[in-house]
Amino acid sequence: MRPSSEPSDRRTAVQNGPLPDTLAPAPADRGRATWTRRHVLDLDDFTADELALVMDTADVMREVLARDVPRLPTLRGTTIVTLFYEPSTRTRASFELAGKALGADVINLSASGSSVEKGESLIDTVRTLQAIGADILVMRHHRSGAPYLAARHLRAAVVNAGDGWHAHPTQALLDLYTMRRHLGELRGRKVVIVGDIMHSRVARSNLWGLTTLGAQVVVCGPPTLIPTGLGRARHEGCETALPPVRVEHDLRRALEGADVVMALRLQTERMRAGLIPSLREYSRRYELTSERLRWAKPNALVMHPGPMNEGVEIAPDVAYSVQSRIEEQVTNGVAVRMAILYLLRTGRRAAA
Amino acid sequence: MTTAAASILIRGGHVIDPATGLDGRADVLLREGRVAEIGARLEAAGAWVFDADGLVVCPGFVDLHTHLREPGFEHKETIESGTLAAARGGFTTVCAMPNTDPPIDSRSVVEHVQRRAAERGRARVLVIGAVTKGRAGERLAELAELAEAGCVGFSDDGACVANAALMRNALAYASALGLPVIQHAEDPVLADGGVMHEGWVATRLGLRGQPAAAEEAIVARDIELAALTGGRLHLAHLSTAGSVALVRAAKARGIAVTAEVTPHHLTLTHMAVMRAGGGEGLAYDANARVSPPLREEADVAACLAGLCDGTIDAVATDHAPHADTDKLCEFDLAAPGMTGLELALGLLLRRVHEGSLPLRTAIARLTVGPVRALRLDERPGLAGLGTLAPGAPADVTVFDPGATWVVEPRALASKGKNTPFIGWELPGRVVLTVLAGRVVHAADGGLPA
Repeated sequence: MRPSSEPSDRRTAVQNGPLPDTLAPAPADRGRATWTRRHVLDLDDFTADELALVMDTADVMREVLARDVPRLPTLRGTTIVTLFYEPSTRTRASFELAGKALGADVINLSASGSSVEKGESLIDTVRTLQAIGADILVMRHHRSGAPYLAARHLRAAVVNAGDGWHAHPTQALLDLYTMRRHLGELRGRKVVIVGDIMHSRVARSNLWGLTTLGAQVVVCGPPTLIPTGLGRARHEGCETALPPVRVEHDLRRALEGADVVMALRLQTERMRAGLIPSLREYSRRYELTSERLRWAKPNALVMHPGPMNEGVEIAPDVAYSVQSRIEEQVTNGVAVRMAILYLLRTGRRAAA
Repeated sequence: MTTAAASILIRGGHVIDPATGLDGRADVLLREGRVAEIGARLEAAGAWVFDADGLVVCPGFVDLHTHLREPGFEHKETIESGTLAAARGGFTTVCAMPNTDPPIDSRSVVEHVQRRAAERGRARVLVIGAVTKGRAGERLAELAELAEAGCVGFSDDGACVANAALMRNALAYASALGLPVIQHAEDPVLADGGVMHEGWVATRLGLRGQPAAAEEAIVARDIELAALTGGRLHLAHLSTAGSVALVRAAKARGIAVTAEVTPHHLTLTHMAVMRAGGGEGLAYDANARVSPPLREEADVAACLAGLCDGTIDAVATDHAPHADTDKLCEFDLAAPGMTGLELALGLLLRRVHEGSLPLRTAIARLTVGPVRALRLDERPGLAGLGTLAPGAPADVTVFDPGATWVVEPRALASKGKNTPFIGWELPGRVVLTVLAGRVVHAADGGLPA
């Protein structure tokens, strides 16, 4: 079975304008996008075709999940280890469900209650997992770059389930997928990400994915929560140093004409670190309320990677409004992670 | 395993001695541990003769900033392995930094290092004492006793003397001892645990950055404190364009400030953290983690310009050897620092060959520059250090400026193989190093009988 070769009627329906071939190949061409990756560490080097391949595969996985018995035998005999150095609810459960739906054996390890607590180094831990026979390592780590270190020392595939402030590629993929399901092609669509961009791996991965797909991206927050250099076109002569986005500190100007508004969690330690005066002042300027949502396009999608601080970065009535796609993001997360696990295990074989 | 000969004649080399202005073909005669004579067609009965035709002959290099790691961290480096690395890199004098365990904050530790160096050293080891007790940044160490024991300056290197009042007192107190305070300029509050330069690469990698201003704020502050106290301030490893400008202005005001820069800050930018040797994917190269962090292109250019115009007095290696396990970990857990003694000449000669640094200037900043910055030639027995003037210590480095070599871990004498320059082809091979008339390194094993 090659899910990537199955044309999607929905996509055909929304492709009604002239689009550059490289960014939006005709459905018949999608089957030619091949999967060559050994790991999924970030979206910074994904092509538009590769992003489309993941999303097309996720479409098939959604169909599988809708069946009476939502199971495929594709990864039978495959061992997936989830190694989490940080607590997580949805990401970990989502990967576990995805692996089981594909017939894989899934082992969950946490940094607490394992040899990590005894001071074992990351390298030793991943080598042990390899010796046990892990085929895919799904890894969450509080230090940026840790999955890259693991990938360099492992034969197994590494999926980054979030590293420090750096990247969270499967979250970004499910965000892109959720947007695509509602908006079709993302080229030219205005996507606004509001909040703590500086410390957000979700934002970083989304910026790469969105700009690769041609979306017009605006990030919005106080200057203390915007990382250095973002928004500048060139860096030391290099134009591809950072994703090309616009930085806006005023929420109203940011939201004008937005197709998608994504609010990010504001962690209370940012206040203690002196980056914002108070949660009260933050919410007065940046909370996504129903009144402010009217500055965006009618029916603009509302998204949030969770977990939410209702009343800080997003008002409860907005989070649970008809425009909200927050619950659907979670559901789509399982399909997208099935697609990633499937492609990592079978894509390279199929492409060979 | 050094070899002594009563006299050594280095014949036919291109002699460059920036202090005396000598820059041409000449013979150098060393006798009884001193420079005896420089001239054409010298003869010396019974001397060991070294043919230096086609080679550069210059004063032995002086490193103001060396981490020898002993006592306490002998798995990273020892005085023996560190000074062997020095000799192989052309350095005949190294100044040992006090961030050992125990730190060099008392006479007994100073004397321990001096004794080990006398027993095992292949280079002259001068000791830098701590500014504060335990390098804790709280109370002054017994600076006068450290001076009596032979310390050539005071530094809490690795840590900044962050408390402005304490730094003022250190400069004032040390001024009566005739010694400089060497500052690792990094405001810890502003640096805030940043593990690399704050710029677009840190943004891209999701790593906590520390802004250039964390260095510049301390440089500016300490220049004013030097002016206030009349103390001598030496700034370790300058890394930003703003720091260079501050030092240039301070020197123009006549303030007693000197400065050094490392070969890696003259070569690499923060890009090295992201991309190691052109490899694919993000590197998070722990070998590029260093303090102060690698900065931006404009900073590298400003440091080079400052070195050329004399704003920066010396090239110092900040040789910081670490064990493999100190680097084989997550980037922000990696120990900062690079091995440096054996790479310094090659990295400077890269700049020379590309035309951005005159050879004479490069040699000056490795010899007379550092000596005068810390006034090492005013110490007993060291008159003329860093020069080839008659009567100076017979410290000579001979190198082949055209020969190239490839940096490989096993080729390094230092225990520290931690360098982002692995695989680089560097120009300049040190073929002979002479310390006080003794051959401490000879590339082809051609030792005098």
